[in-house]
Amino acid sequence: MKISEEEVRYVADLANLKLTGSEVARMRAELDEILAHMDRLKELDTSGVEPMAQVLYEAGETATLRPDCERPPLGQQTALANAPQAGSGHFKVPKVIER
Amino acid sequence: MSSPIVDLVPPEMIARYEPVIGLEVHVQLATATKIFCGCPTSFGAPPNANVCPVCLGLPGALPVLSREAVELAMKAAMALHCEIPPVSRFARKNYFYPDLPKGYQISQYDEPLAVRGWVEISLEGAARRIGITRVHMEDDAGKSIHDGFKDSDRYSYVDLNRCGTPLIEIVTEPDMRSSDEAYAFLTELKQVMQFVEISQCDMEKGQLRCDANVSVRPKGAEQFGTKAEVKNLNSFRFLKMALDYEIARQVGVLESGGRVVQETRLYNPDTGETVGMRSKEHAHDYRYFPEPDLVPLRISEEWRARVRAEMPELPAEKRRRFIESHGLREYDAQVLTATRTLSDYYEKAAAAAGDAKAAANWVMGDLMGALKAEGKEIAESPVSAGALGELVALIGKGEISGKLAKEIFAKMFSTGEAPAVIIEREGLRQISDTAALEKIIDGVIAANPKQVEQFRGGKATVLGFFVGQVMKATRGQANPAAVNELLRKKLG
Repeated sequence: MKISEEEVRYVADLANLKLTGSEVARMRAELDEILAHMDRLKELDTSGVEPMAQVLYEAGETATLRPDCERPPLGQQTALANAPQAGSGHFKVPKVIER
Repeated sequence: MSSPIVDLVPPEMIARYEPVIGLEVHVQLATATKIFCGCPTSFGAPPNANVCPVCLGLPGALPVLSREAVELAMKAAMALHCEIPPVSRFARKNYFYPDLPKGYQISQYDEPLAVRGWVEISLEGAARRIGITRVHMEDDAGKSIHDGFKDSDRYSYVDLNRCGTPLIEIVTEPDMRSSDEAYAFLTELKQVMQFVEISQCDMEKGQLRCDANVSVRPKGAEQFGTKAEVKNLNSFRFLKMALDYEIARQVGVLESGGRVVQETRLYNPDTGETVGMRSKEHAHDYRYFPEPDLVPLRISEEWRARVRAEMPELPAEKRRRFIESHGLREYDAQVLTATRTLSDYYEKAAAAAGDAKAAANWVMGDLMGALKAEGKEIAESPVSAGALGELVALIGKGEISGKLAKEIFAKMFSTGEAPAVIIEREGLRQISDTAALEKIIDGVIAANPKQVEQFRGGKATVLGFFVGQVMKATRGQANPAAVNELLRKKLG
């Protein structure tokens, strides 16, 4: 077994997900298979290969950087248009105290 | 303000311990636009106006890194004497908070922009190097407002204008041993950042923010004590007060047989205390992973060289040069390198004056005094550096006396005119012409027979009286050296 139900609950909590007991069991089994597959990949010798997290890799500087030029922002009205709750030009969220 | 704990822990008890302090400083880069999108970074816009799909974290929006932000970060790294590896990488730092709409901060983790640097601080005449562990780039979060609205008891208000503002985080080695050293470090760091024009470092606008890792250990001990992270040190005064409080608190805990808990503490400027933040135990599990939406940042040798060529002289280098080649005292060199504007002004004035020391005295004395009296900054000075230098040069050439120069300076300051213009218009040129002076001196001697007798009777101090009379007669325009010489000849 690669992952425990306890670990699944911990990761779910970090991801702000609320899982039922049966979901935890299902996630555990599915993640277990994924991790087992990862172990298979690990068998390959990649010691001389640079890790690749992005597909666009060998691009020139100009293709991947932008000049410091302003573009018109959305503005308050548009920005708040889809806010579930807004007031005084702000997004309103249930009271949060601690980070 | 001192708080109860600090008063409870006697200084001699604190003196048995050595504090160990490391700082994490966030500096806002002075770009016009955000780090990953073209939204303006301007301060004071209406809330949530300067936002777009990228900085709002809307699905499908893709970040594109700002070249200017990278170059400012590179300059910061260079100013801190760091190494800049050819490749660095962005990573996602995941956590949930309403002012972080993406659900993650784009930061750098195991491959930061720069590593291994130092900053030299000078404390009570002794220079010391504080190590820099790393400098990395990241985007800022928005702002949560918990108070001040009529329903603030139920809601927090969120302004996302600041989201995506480019920051660098500078992490120091645990090299500081007192709150004074930490203060000196932050002062030097701020000055360097402003000098190189990396950031304005306005703490009130949050452009410079500081957290501290603090521990104490018995003096002579090798091993570090358990550290606490103190947040919210957003002014120089708070930094020192919070560190002093935290050091005393930890000593108090240890001396009463307790142990320091590794935790995050928030400084409360109203009480002067640090308070442990209640937080979930796994709040620090940020699950960093490489940012898939950004390619690795590759910095070529050419790019690095180009940026290095744009680096101005650093304040510490400037101070050394002012002392060594301009002959300034250390204190004066320090004053004149306080800001880039001031040091540029001084250098221009010194060049025009042809006398670096005299120029320094004028800049620090008359100019800064006059500016201060009117609440003006050096950039707003009505007297240009060139004009001030010209004035100093005229004194050097003996064309005006120092006393007259002060009057001319006052006129320059109120009108913004060049010294030559004022001298010409008001006929203030110094009288060095012997024939003209002799005529005046003869008159003064004739009018004061009693003093002449006193002088000839051996009372040498009466000479001052005659000089004064001549000056009065010439409205201060007589060349004092010439007057002295002529008087001695005629009276002797």
